[in-house]
Amino acid sequence: MNDNDKEAFRQQVREWLEANCPPSLRTPTPEDEMVWGGSRVEFKTEDQRLWFERMRDRGWFCPDWPREYGGGGLSPDETTILEGELRRLGCRPAQINLGIWMLGPVLLEFGSEEQKRRLLPPMARGEVRWCQGFSEPGAGSDLANIGTTARDAGDHFVVDGTKIWTSYGDKSDWMYALVRTDREASKHRGISLVVLDMHAPGVSVAPIDLISGKSSFCQVFFDGVEVPKENLIGPLNGGWALAKALLQHERSAMSKFGEFSLPTHVDLMPLIRDYLPEAQTPAEVALEARANACAMEEAAYGLTVQRMTDEARAGLDVSGLAAIMKLVHTEQERVKFEVLLDAMGYRALGWAGAPFTDREQAITKAWLNSFTQTIAGGSSEVQLNVIAKRVLGLPDAGKGASS
Amino acid sequence: MSLVYSEEQRLLADTARDFLADHSPVSAQRALRDRGDALGFSPELWASMVELGWSAIPFSEAHGGLEFGVTGLGAVCEALGHHLSPSPMVSSVALAGAVLERAGSADQRNDWLPLLIQGETRLALAVDEGARHDPCRLALSARREGEGYRLTGEKVMVLDGQGADGWIVAARTSGAPGESAGVSLFLVPADTPGVTLTRLSLIDARNAANLRLDDVTLDAGCRLGEEGEGLAPLEAALDRGRVCLAAEMLGACEALFAMTLEYLKTRVQFDVPIGSFQALQHRAAWLHVELALARSTLMAALDALDHDADDAPALVSLAKWKVGTMADRVGNEAVQLHGGIGVTDELDVGLYLKRLRVAQASLGDADYHARRYAELTRP
Repeated sequence: MNDNDKEAFRQQVREWLEANCPPSLRTPTPEDEMVWGGSRVEFKTEDQRLWFERMRDRGWFCPDWPREYGGGGLSPDETTILEGELRRLGCRPAQINLGIWMLGPVLLEFGSEEQKRRLLPPMARGEVRWCQGFSEPGAGSDLANIGTTARDAGDHFVVDGTKIWTSYGDKSDWMYALVRTDREASKHRGISLVVLDMHAPGVSVAPIDLISGKSSFCQVFFDGVEVPKENLIGPLNGGWALAKALLQHERSAMSKFGEFSLPTHVDLMPLIRDYLPEAQTPAEVALEARANACAMEEAAYGLTVQRMTDEARAGLDVSGLAAIMKLVHTEQERVKFEVLLDAMGYRALGWAGAPFTDREQAITKAWLNSFTQTIAGGSSEVQLNVIAKRVLGLPDAGKGASS
Repeated sequence: MSLVYSEEQRLLADTARDFLADHSPVSAQRALRDRGDALGFSPELWASMVELGWSAIPFSEAHGGLEFGVTGLGAVCEALGHHLSPSPMVSSVALAGAVLERAGSADQRNDWLPLLIQGETRLALAVDEGARHDPCRLALSARREGEGYRLTGEKVMVLDGQGADGWIVAARTSGAPGESAGVSLFLVPADTPGVTLTRLSLIDARNAANLRLDDVTLDAGCRLGEEGEGLAPLEAALDRGRVCLAAEMLGACEALFAMTLEYLKTRVQFDVPIGSFQALQHRAAWLHVELALARSTLMAALDALDHDADDAPALVSLAKWKVGTMADRVGNEAVQLHGGIGVTDELDVGLYLKRLRVAQASLGDADYHARRYAELTRP
């Protein structure tokens, strides 16, 4: 695509978005106003429905997928231009759909032709809400330790077991899940990837309450669930490679998600000023110093995010920087909330109602929620393992020095 | 704003590192220490650095400089840190040079800067008086006397003070310690009567001295800048010195961390390399994290100084604080992870540890800069 073509396409996209994205949807998305695609899609406003239908009809829920599978058929350059223009205009996502972001690319790469024609078009039209069935009570950081089984019963599998930390499991239509199809094989070799209907007999879902209160997490139970064999994705017992590919997409999906949603960032020092206008006692001075150190660490992290962008642009290898980001950010957030709670004192102990303000309750909940962040998506300890082995090249236990 | 070295700056850093690997490996610093060298650096090596143009990096072309910025200076200081190479780059080029450039009159700049850039004159900056860095609290008195001044008092930890051709002395012409107005800067030539210099023997064996002034009389031509308004140019120069020390520490820490990683991969206990133990892997991984965060703050401070950004002083304090706390951690962990051999003088680890400690404490330690950052960013 030469520069003239790009400019022409950009102009075309810009005009279409100006004409079709309702002005009310050109603002950041509050969490309770997100539109989740699926069989039970809900719209709070007529504008939301219009925007959803217009983007769907253009195939722009998944602009870079081929047209024959319901996508927009755009080239990588065109997709970048579209995403840039959506961002420039501040358009809300017409829908949120984990299927499109995570399973879609894996189906395109590893699915059979029949599966692509059957599963992708409804996904691309936002008719199916997908959830992920990976973690289990006995398979957290050690994901390959899954125990949910899929027994061969001729033309179908029979699935038994349970999945946990399934986001919106109670609201989803379909799940993509890792199941054990060979109990004799070594851990990583007996796993397969299947898709299953959450409305099928034998599937039950229980929401999980967290220390911070209600959550979107669920536990899903399978009791003799029949899954047709055509729902096996990729080779039998070859699911581990697909799982790793999926988790790659999870990272980019999470960053997209973060881009859409309202910033939940809590600016520490102004809040410290509110609760500690003038530090006087030695304890207050020490507390103020802790808060200042937090703010400085946060500034160092912010500059590191910026440096990673600058280095990538300069063509440098940024894998060593990328590996620290999740660890640093989540650990810093947890410490930051601890300091903030210390400064708030009794005002940080409210669970509900007066005299605690909404902001105070939100901060207390955010503190409780900060614990999930250092655990989910690869715990801090797993992040440290990754840095030690992949970035620093330290040897595996019992395997001797790596070269 | 860019937080990555340009192609030219990277080339300069690589050249500097290669040159020092050949001409000033850590063994050279060890030899200087062992023979109790008074100067603490090699004059021949310094002459080579001048020839390479390093002393000209930050200065304007009008005075024979290269206009390569503080970032260029930082790139060289990283290399100096990497090889633990002693030189007057920070004391004479970054600190004294910046005072002259900012506070000096046109005549003073023309008199001194070309000589300083050519390495024919070497100057040192005398600021601190107490055990901890705090330029605002300086008390050394400079009283008007006729057309000139009479200076009395004592300065400590004058970096590369021994053998300097002159010292830039920050003194108080009015006001009380702690007040920002009333600080004046004087250039005191080395042969001025009434000056006593005492060479200090420090853990890093570098050149540092205490400077005593007993009724030293100077004529008004020795004053740099307006009377009583010296703190601003002094702080600007100190910021350049601070960021250069941070760059030196970062270079040293990267070398020290590389040595430590190598040891973890090769030292065998319980029949396996000790680097296979998760307890040690996680400690090493945290050092990688700290080094990465520290580098970002350093690059931001260098860039901000070169652009005269409003937040440059805060970013310098952020860098000196972050690099300083990181350096403490890397130094401590390097010794501990090396085990018994880590506390022997034979290993270079100890030389790095001692240099890092001196650089950390100089021109404001982490606590000083945390406080300064808080004051500069307070809403």
